[in-house]
Amino acid sequence: MNNFNYLRASDVQDAISQSAREADVKYLAGGTNLIDLMKYNLTRADILVDINRISDHREITELPDGGLRLGAFVKNAATAWNHLVEEHYPLLSKAILAGASAQIRNMATNGGNLLQRTRCYYFYDANVPCNKREPGSGCSAITGYQRIMAILGTTEHCIAVFPSDMCVALAALDAVVQVEGPQGMRSIHFADFHRLPGDTPHIDNNLKPGEIITGIDLPAKGFSKNYSYLKLRDRNSYAFALVSVATGLELDGETITDARIALGGVAHKPWRVAAAEDFLKGKTASGENFRQAAEIIVQGAVGYEHNAFKIELAKRAIVRNCMMALHPESQLPGAQPSA
Amino acid sequence: MTTDYPDMQAETVENFTPQKVTLTVNQKPVELEVLPWVSLLDGLRDYAGLTGTKKGCDHGQCGACTVLCDGERILSCLTLAVMNDGSEITTIEGIAQEGELHPLQKAFIEHDAFQCGYCTPGQICSAIGMLNEGKAKSREEVKELMSGNLCRCGANTNIIDAIMEVKNQLAHE
Amino acid sequence: MSTIPSIGQSVSRLEGKLKVTGTAKYAGDYQVPGLLYGYVINSIITKGKIIRFDTSKATALPGVIAVFNHTNRPSLAWFSMQYTDMDAPPGSPFRPLRDEEILYNGQPIGLVVAETFELARYAATLVEVEYETEAFETDLRNNASEARSPKMGMATMLKPLPPRPKGNFEKAFEQSFAQSSGEYYHGTEHHNPLELFATTTIYEGKGKLTIYDKTQGTINSQLYVANIFGLKYKNVRVIAPYVGGAFGSGLRPQYQLFLSVMAALELKRSVLVTLDRSQMFTFGHRPPTIQSTRFGADENGKVTALNHAAIAETSRFEDYTEVVVNWSHMLYPAENTLMQYKLVELDVFTPLDMRAPGGSTGLHAIESTMDDLSYKLKIDPLELRLINYSDTDVSLNRPYSSKELRQCYLHGAEKFGWKNRNPEPRSMRNGNKLVGYGMATGIWEANSLPARAEAIITRDGKLHVNSAVTDIGTGTLTVMSQIAADELGLRVEDVTFSYGDSQKPFAPIQGGSFTVSTVGSAIKAAGSALRKKLFKIAVSMEGALLKGLEIEDVRFENGCIVLKTDPFTFISFTDIIEANGGTPVKVIKFSVPNLLKLKKYSRATHAAAFVEVEVDEELGIINVTRALTAVAAGRIINPKTARSQILGGMVWSISKALREETINDSLLGKYMNQNLSEYHIPVHADIHDLDVIFVEEKDDIVNELGTKGVGEIGLVGMPPAIANAVYHATGKRINQFPIHFDYLL
Repeated sequence: MNNFNYLRASDVQDAISQSAREADVKYLAGGTNLIDLMKYNLTRADILVDINRISDHREITELPDGGLRLGAFVKNAATAWNHLVEEHYPLLSKAILAGASAQIRNMATNGGNLLQRTRCYYFYDANVPCNKREPGSGCSAITGYQRIMAILGTTEHCIAVFPSDMCVALAALDAVVQVEGPQGMRSIHFADFHRLPGDTPHIDNNLKPGEIITGIDLPAKGFSKNYSYLKLRDRNSYAFALVSVATGLELDGETITDARIALGGVAHKPWRVAAAEDFLKGKTASGENFRQAAEIIVQGAVGYEHNAFKIELAKRAIVRNCMMALHPESQLPGAQPSA
Repeated sequence: MTTDYPDMQAETVENFTPQKVTLTVNQKPVELEVLPWVSLLDGLRDYAGLTGTKKGCDHGQCGACTVLCDGERILSCLTLAVMNDGSEITTIEGIAQEGELHPLQKAFIEHDAFQCGYCTPGQICSAIGMLNEGKAKSREEVKELMSGNLCRCGANTNIIDAIMEVKNQLAHE
Repeated sequence: MSTIPSIGQSVSRLEGKLKVTGTAKYAGDYQVPGLLYGYVINSIITKGKIIRFDTSKATALPGVIAVFNHTNRPSLAWFSMQYTDMDAPPGSPFRPLRDEEILYNGQPIGLVVAETFELARYAATLVEVEYETEAFETDLRNNASEARSPKMGMATMLKPLPPRPKGNFEKAFEQSFAQSSGEYYHGTEHHNPLELFATTTIYEGKGKLTIYDKTQGTINSQLYVANIFGLKYKNVRVIAPYVGGAFGSGLRPQYQLFLSVMAALELKRSVLVTLDRSQMFTFGHRPPTIQSTRFGADENGKVTALNHAAIAETSRFEDYTEVVVNWSHMLYPAENTLMQYKLVELDVFTPLDMRAPGGSTGLHAIESTMDDLSYKLKIDPLELRLINYSDTDVSLNRPYSSKELRQCYLHGAEKFGWKNRNPEPRSMRNGNKLVGYGMATGIWEANSLPARAEAIITRDGKLHVNSAVTDIGTGTLTVMSQIAADELGLRVEDVTFSYGDSQKPFAPIQGGSFTVSTVGSAIKAAGSALRKKLFKIAVSMEGALLKGLEIEDVRFENGCIVLKTDPFTFISFTDIIEANGGTPVKVIKFSVPNLLKLKKYSRATHAAAFVEVEVDEELGIINVTRALTAVAAGRIINPKTARSQILGGMVWSISKALREETINDSLLGKYMNQNLSEYHIPVHADIHDLDVIFVEEKDDIVNELGTKGVGEIGLVGMPPAIANAVYHATGKRINQFPIHFDYLL
């Protein structure tokens, strides 16, 4: 970890103006990933601007259209256990609670959750080639051990996955990210927030320099009746997903009127396929239909030696999770598979 | 509106000046003079001499450094001391009150909920935080919400037994 | 308050209060004034040479005191033998900062010493090192054809090579009624105690050092330091009262000890060197191993032919060996056997004993093969073990000093509910989960070594016992106090056990499940001698209550010597010390196992492990929902701490079978998951219902205490029981650990 100057921003504008300095400036929120990366000497900064003391954006408030705004500086745990979120967006609660550990969820902020970097072994080892860490140096994962790597949206430049659970639910819920920057405020649809690796895997998302996430808006439709989050991993808790699925269903009797399915642990961003959701609309909520939707979702998936299993696993996980969404009351702690 | 900051000169450590951080640790005021790069964990251990809080990974992967910050359990390795200026911190050294062990501490001894003892401060602080949260109902939920604290000796069942005993005592009070 | 006698009582850990209040101090917890912090620089290449080592940017930083490397280190002991230690395998021990040669990835090549930890860590990133790289090999499977026989040495004394072949294996196997064979693979594992390796060297001046080290042997570290740095033994004191887990990783002095001492001597300052978690993957590990088995049985299930072969990894500079293939014939009396064990040299650090070394590896292959055989024979797996039960160790043709394995099988099966098992694979269910029952046998050696102990009765009538032994979390303090208390007829509260200090009487390294037998025997011997000495004084005391009596005529009880025939005639220890002019009465005893007697017997602990797994049929997710281990380990001094040892072994079993693995990228020649986020040890949510039974086992031969050790036995039988349960649940036999759930898709 290099030494740095530490500043406290009093408000968002103050933080943004600090970011304009001729130096490597980074915003410091929960710190759970940034400090980790700096200690490994994978990230450096000249100035850390602590945005934790900003008094705005620390609440969860109802929006006039029936949706909900999650303040960017609200902690993950407080979000998961907020009564409005629990009541209207239980899928989001579930997904957040499947991530990291209780301690980390008490520290990490909603905005920071979106900005986590990959957990690829090779990204985390400063001494091996990695295009994400050092553009142009090569991808060691492709020739290495790929168990945790992506199967969708990969390129020869990068096969890393995005590690968040919360974001998988946010993708499924069609959230909108509110940001503020030197050029003012703007909204980014969740699907457009994170990027696929392409030939610029070092760029994780579409935030512009100096921009700060101030909030995350959830549309009114919360799928609070039929939802499920399933996380499959190498131990029952406190591990990143090999495959995770967020499902929200809207049913009329046994007929699906709306469906959302997002995958985590399989790509450089939460993975959603509109065609699969369209396919389900009007169909019966059955294992067979979910299986067909799953086939559509993983179309084009490419497995490597050690992660090819993820393709079949993802399909089965989708089917199971959609079935679990029919009985959300029987879900187990830690987003483990239930009957 | 910006708080004061020293002149920024990249790559020159000597120009960085320690900052004063005022904490309340175990109900006593503690003033630290630390550079911004000092984690709360190292601040407590190396600067305040409170070595009860343990470093098992320094990267948020084991839970050994768990302390309570304003009543909530956090990992002291993933936060900077300066970020916590003004906070109220409880470490393992502050859990017993006037020499009387906390019920969890007693239960840990009774249930043999540790072997080497290295994860124990974190387990106990985490369990207190978990009980404060009041979210875990069943044993399975307790296990899930305690999963951020690794125990390499394999005292897991004894740890959960100890916590469940105290949790049930609280429920009956 | 505890009862007398205390042996057999579930005494809570005596250091418990210190551990739950954060006051127990570990090696990195000594904040002395002026302490300097060391941060290690490690090689980023796997093999080759350092050709440039530029420290200028680092040393230019104010607060950086020094950067050590091979070019500026002090001149040190030249002979590699001087770097040896109590657990060194045959070969030439690694010598930190010796020269420019790089032998493995992560090799320590430098040490930054600075006024703060943060500064040392930062300065380490400014050191520029250039290398010349050479081709390397780090993959066991790719190099299996290079396997050769291991060299013998001191450490192999406790680790016998495979027994000679018996009968004609090939013929017997070919003619056998039922045959089972398998190929097994175990990857690298790292001990990963939760405490980071750390050494605080306090520079006392005049060539004297006080060293707080993370170790399983204070005297081992003391001798290592004194030999390398040319110091007098008495000037090197190594202290380790609290050790935050070790599991074998502290059996050899690790490089932070060397670097901390070197820096302290050079700088004449006190220096703390703590490894970070990734550096915890840069010394010993459990070696990857390839095994193959071929077992044959007759139509009654009698095993007639046993072949077990293993190929394991070692380094280029030492021949680390384990006992992997000797066990099957210790359990099963076949007439025809063939056991083979070979090593492959790779560009890695030397492997290191890790909890149940060899046994937990070998028994997986053996007990999974037996399980497979049971299906081929259509005999219940437990029944098959009973059919092949032997009261003697057929491999060496000698009786066991005791063997209550049959009781483990029977009691274990009863309590677990083994009879509820439907023999057909995939036949049991719980909703959409497949349920499987599996069982397996565990066996581990019951050794003891020479040790010394001191026992003193002081003026207040209390007992003080001293030994250099450590307590790595096993409960040594408590158990030794219990043994000592009973020997003198005192309550545990009246005993002070001082340990974890090289200035105390000699104890060997703490491992191999031999500490209670080794140090306990020495304490028992010292206690017994102390009794005699106290009695001798008592007999000669004025008033002469006990005049003319023999020691057989009295009891030692509640701090007194009491006449057996008249409990109202007694002399208190305090009166005896008064009579002794107030001088404490002290003895030091050296206890040596009676090898002449012991060599007529095989000595082993045994266990039967029973496991229930649930496997999600579609997703493959495996949970060990229930497990029971029944253990025969001789006399149990403290059922509470002994149970915890077995529980620990059971959690390790779940970890070994289903969780932990070091990922070795052989193209890069390095481990890729050097952290606790990707090196998966179990979390609380992984651990369900675990149960332990100790069966009665009386052993008058193994040692005076009748103890056999409980540190490893919990980890020997249960991993194969898990694999066998997974087979029973799914019909899939996975012979590679850890079993990834996706193998079951």
